[in-house]
Amino acid sequence: MPHSVSPGESPSHRNDEEVLPDAPPTDATPSGPEEKESEATENDTKDRLADLLFDDDDDDEFPASSAPDTKNENPASRDAVDSSAPQPAHVDTDTMLAFYQRLFPFRYLFQWLNHGIVPSPDFGNREFALTLQNDAYLRYQSYATADLFRKDILRMNPSRFEIGPVYNTNPRDRKTLRGGQMKPVSKELVFDIDLTDYDDIRSCCEKANICGKCWTFVTMAMKVVDTALRDDFGFQHILWVYSGRRGAHAWVCDPRARSLPDDRRRAIAGYLDLLRGGAQSGKRVNLKRPLHPHMSRSLEILKPYFAQTTLVDQDTFVSSEQAQRLLALLPDKALNDALRKKWESSPDRSSTNKWADIDSLAKTGKSSTLKTSTLREAKQDIVLEYTYPRLDSEVSKKMIHLLKSPFVIHPGTGRVCVPIDARKAEQFDPLSVPTVTQLLGEIDAYDAENPSNGAGDAVDGEGSVPNDSDVRGSRKLQDYEKTSLKPYVDYFRSFIAGLLKEERGGKRERNEDMTEVKTESMEF
Amino acid sequence: MIRQDFHQVDPKRRATLDHKKKQFAAPVYKQQDYPHRLNFYEVPPTAEITLEQFEQWAIDRLRILAEIEACSYRNKSPAETEAHITPLLQKYLPLSSNTSSSLGATDQRLKNERQKDHYSHFILRLAFSATEDLRRRFARAETMLFRFRFQKDDSRERRAFIESLNLDWEPVSDEERRELSEHLVNATPGLRRVDEESWYKVDWERVPELVERRSVFLYRGKAYVPGREQLSMIIAEFTARLERSLELTSRALPRLDEDDRLTPILNHLSKNFGSAESVYSEGEGFVDGAPITAQNIDQLSQHFPLCMRSLHMSLRKNNHLKHYGRLQYTLFLKGIGLSLEECILFWRQSFKGFTDDEFNSRYKYNIRHAYGDVGGDVNRRGRGYPPYSCQKILGDSNPGVGQTHGCPYRHFSVDNLIGLLQSTGVSDRELLRGVREDVEKTRYHIACNRVFEWTHKAEIKRVKEDGTWNQTDLDTIVHPNTYFKRSYLLKQVGRAPKKA
Ligand code: SF4
Ligand SMILES: [Zn+2]
Repeated sequence: MPHSVSPGESPSHRNDEEVLPDAPPTDATPSGPEEKESEATENDTKDRLADLLFDDDDDDEFPASSAPDTKNENPASRDAVDSSAPQPAHVDTDTMLAFYQRLFPFRYLFQWLNHGIVPSPDFGNREFALTLQNDAYLRYQSYATADLFRKDILRMNPSRFEIGPVYNTNPRDRKTLRGGQMKPVSKELVFDIDLTDYDDIRSCCEKANICGKCWTFVTMAMKVVDTALRDDFGFQHILWVYSGRRGAHAWVCDPRARSLPDDRRRAIAGYLDLLRGGAQSGKRVNLKRPLHPHMSRSLEILKPYFAQTTLVDQDTFVSSEQAQRLLALLPDKALNDALRKKWESSPDRSSTNKWADIDSLAKTGKSSTLKTSTLREAKQDIVLEYTYPRLDSEVSKKMIHLLKSPFVIHPGTGRVCVPIDARKAEQFDPLSVPTVTQLLGEIDAYDAENPSNGAGDAVDGEGSVPNDSDVRGSRKLQDYEKTSLKPYVDYFRSFIAGLLKEERGGKRERNEDMTEVKTESMEF
Repeated sequence: MIRQDFHQVDPKRRATLDHKKKQFAAPVYKQQDYPHRLNFYEVPPTAEITLEQFEQWAIDRLRILAEIEACSYRNKSPAETEAHITPLLQKYLPLSSNTSSSLGATDQRLKNERQKDHYSHFILRLAFSATEDLRRRFARAETMLFRFRFQKDDSRERRAFIESLNLDWEPVSDEERRELSEHLVNATPGLRRVDEESWYKVDWERVPELVERRSVFLYRGKAYVPGREQLSMIIAEFTARLERSLELTSRALPRLDEDDRLTPILNHLSKNFGSAESVYSEGEGFVDGAPITAQNIDQLSQHFPLCMRSLHMSLRKNNHLKHYGRLQYTLFLKGIGLSLEECILFWRQSFKGFTDDEFNSRYKYNIRHAYGDVGGDVNRRGRGYPPYSCQKILGDSNPGVGQTHGCPYRHFSVDNLIGLLQSTGVSDRELLRGVREDVEKTRYHIACNRVFEWTHKAEIKRVKEDGTWNQTDLDTIVHPNTYFKRSYLLKQVGRAPKKA
């Protein structure tokens, strides 16, 4: 078989390649290390014939992605947008280190990914990718235990890190493996909502800035997605995490979700995806009738948000430009003419009034041809266009995609990427999420008020010794418990507890599956 | 060693095999009976067959799969594919329904057909389980074959077959159906009333296409699927089971490698479908009587497709090519008929600035390896590796900085692509617009064919008009070597108006 050439047969001339000074034009954009490495995974799974044969040169520079793929492949691309935004004070390295030492919940993060207390491959073969302070990007890091994980993070003191899939082998060994042997076997199903995708419909802020008004877009998106994931797909363990600036991530942690192959991930992404085309294209929602139950349910969830957020808070259609766009989405010319005339005569007419005008003018019979159902459907489409979740679906489609870890610091805002309890999504206020500086100050303030709690000793308590000692009244407080990070860590702990409970029940079942596979006929 | 024609077995090997009619599977002598025409291939064969049958049956099936793959790669419609495949199936792999015989399933003819179908499937499983790429392609082609037959099946027999599968589809009770009727109607396009259909509950993962299109009702992880979606579910089930079995087979393969009677046959088979493009066989790119020498490459390069042309141009510009580029180009040159000696000479002259020693130690071995002049047994017997097809080139990893291999239509930015095309004299605005469109739709090889048709339009018109070439001679190009050969021949048309 052509592919069973043994390595012994391949010639090895390892001193081959010099870098050409005038490389010929290809589209390969000079790429950062992240793209190189993330492509490497895909290449690994491809035919390695050429490698066996010509195993000689420029391995290091080999996989660079071409421009069209860059956006999708590069997990950091969102943050590239960040840098164009106004930059608040950066988090300095000492502050970062103090955060990892005193506050970062390593042990809980370990339990979350390990799905149990005893270190397992779920954690050991999990890829971490570290962004160092000098912006170097280190992929394929992995750690056998929570302690090693913590030690290494303290040593490298990354500005943030991302979480990738669990591989069938330790990702650090990938260089010693023959091509294609390292494969991702599981990862949480993830979703990414980012307010930059709403820039054409939020009038209050733009780019990296957010306020309570536009955050509501994230809230409604969370509601719609969370409901669909639970009611339609039957998932239960969904962790929502604030992305530190203007978005949120969802980590669906059910075992069934973690093992989904890419085509099933794509199916979910497609199921949830609605808006087509960019801001420049015309009508972006064109739903067939009757509405799919997911759509009619989402519409019910979103209607009140449309009334409040779109019509009042954002007052989206107040400008004549936006009013034009609204008209473009309506189906009837006679009605549009009537509306245009009315709005031109009172330029400041509010969005709520304009929206009401549609029905009232339609009723007064400005158009003889327009059917009520057609108008109603168009209005439904508009509600969805202005409120339905805008997901970056590429993030969800691939198991190998990396996503920023919960509880790291957003380098631009200094805020912690804290979990959000989706049941109380409306109460979450991104602007009151603690920053790292604030948290460290809270520890100092607490220690000053409670000298008995030995500030010196606490430095080593990493905020997350297993939940053993609540019963012991005299227990020394973890540093995180002295701060406003506590409710978030507590929520995270309860989330993990629910997940572990299911894991313990489910493990047995899956073991049975395994034996079934093994006894299957292997003759052919 | 005969490689051009996979109908022939090496005569030496045949001699040693002929008298050894050995069983090839578990030593249970058991003839299966095949009550159904269709087969999910769940049970491996257990009866004896001869090695001749082993090989011949596999080759016959391979033919079919290769044709199916070629059809899909050429974007043939289902109807066109059907027209193309039906006679071939009749010839190489007939499979009749029970109703075709008065004896029904007990007719020995039907049994034989079904046995051949069954065994050949399993033989090819062995041959194609070695790599992920082969497994994927095999599963795809087999799925298409299954779908094709499933749709053709007699509806009563089809129903009986489905029942025999024991799929764990949970029927939806009448009560539940009534409760959910509004949701079911709204979720399921093209449905008027729920009681038109029988409904099944399955894990949603089984019907990913329906989920992705939002064409099915989901509740707590279950998809509510109407009976008429059976086809897609059966097909999905077929693929899923086959993929899983292939995976298992691939893990069992090392054991089989020790059976030295089968290994060469299996290698041979997979090679003909495998890294070689199934629609291209060795020697196909040769042009009889063409002066293919190192000296002439510059001149001949006007007939090269853009992938090779761009390699040639950067070779001339930099006096060097990186390794994947060298590999891609070397195999192509081999494919147009450049001899090993000439090829070494070509590279030696092209790599200016290297001493002979440097050249010999760094590059020569690789060239010889590509020709199968050195390397392991397998490599030498196979004459190295076959020239890359478009599919292979297009599917490959993106070239890195300074690398030039790959397909410009796929791997270049559109602007660079257009620039490159213009530098080769292709500048028609209308044409370039078409190319942009194709590329946007990721139909790269169509763009390439579009350029070919434009650059050869006078000649194509001519051979069509005088009837010297028929439509198959002008089929979509899916291999760089076909591109070269066709281009070369067309440009010769003026001088020698007949095709080789
Ligand atoms: S489509 Fe095929 S022949 Fe054409 S440039 Fe690409 S790889 Fe070469
Ligand atoms: Zn705002």
